[in-house]
Amino acid sequence: MQLASLPDAQLVARCRDGDENAWRELVSRFSRYVFAICSQAFRLRAEDSEEVFQEVFARTYQHLGRLRDDEAIRPWIGQLTRRLCIDRLRSSSREEIVDPDTLPGGVDEEMATLDEAFAVHEAMAELTENCREILDRFFARDESYQTIGAALAIPSGTIASRISRCLAKLREIFEGRNPAPGASS
Amino acid sequence: MTAYDEHRLAELIKALPPAPEAWVEAAQELPLARDRLDDIVARAEADLAFRDALIADLEATLRLEGYEPDAIPLDELRRRLES
Repeated sequence: MQLASLPDAQLVARCRDGDENAWRELVSRFSRYVFAICSQAFRLRAEDSEEVFQEVFARTYQHLGRLRDDEAIRPWIGQLTRRLCIDRLRSSSREEIVDPDTLPGGVDEEMATLDEAFAVHEAMAELTENCREILDRFFARDESYQTIGAALAIPSGTIASRISRCLAKLREIFEGRNPAPGASS
Repeated sequence: MTAYDEHRLAELIKALPPAPEAWVEAAQELPLARDRLDDIVARAEADLAFRDALIADLEATLRLEGYEPDAIPLDELRRRLES
């Protein structure tokens, strides 16, 4: 099984065994999530975001041997990032004490949205590589039709319809993974 | 559960843009950086002159000894040298 398709718990176990490629995959898998918590949920400045980002992965690496539940690595990383962002806000606002209960507006809602977004990105792994690339480039990387067409060697005039088809396929996959309550099987 | 129509899915894809490549690469290099760190600390424990030089001017001493300071977690190295 390729590293990218390993479940979180197995990936963590490989990291703990000293597999450097597994560690690279773990960083890659959670980098967007950590980055988004710093920059979107807490709106840290770029230099603060970078320091928190590196600290999160340094502490994750140090704690690999002490995690209570390998499967829960994502929420563990999420909480660690949240705590380090709060520490960063505290240290940068000398006159104002940052209370975790009075965080910048909408942090909890934003964290919940990022958890949903992470689940959607996980579901994207089940798309074809072409679909995954198109959706990621258009929505997450904000690339133009022209740039996407050139990068993937497809006519830019067909990209809008491909996006639409790929989103429909993603919806099917995502709803299959997350059935609505009460939905009959 | 919220209905996940295509518009909502597009918003959620957009919510996780890639982190800057250099940040990701630095985090991926952590195991190597920690190995280097452990080597330097072990050497400093065995060689007091080297340890004193590191405490006096960390980055210059590292460069002089052939280490690339950017590839080493300097704050942690300082903490370990001072402990």
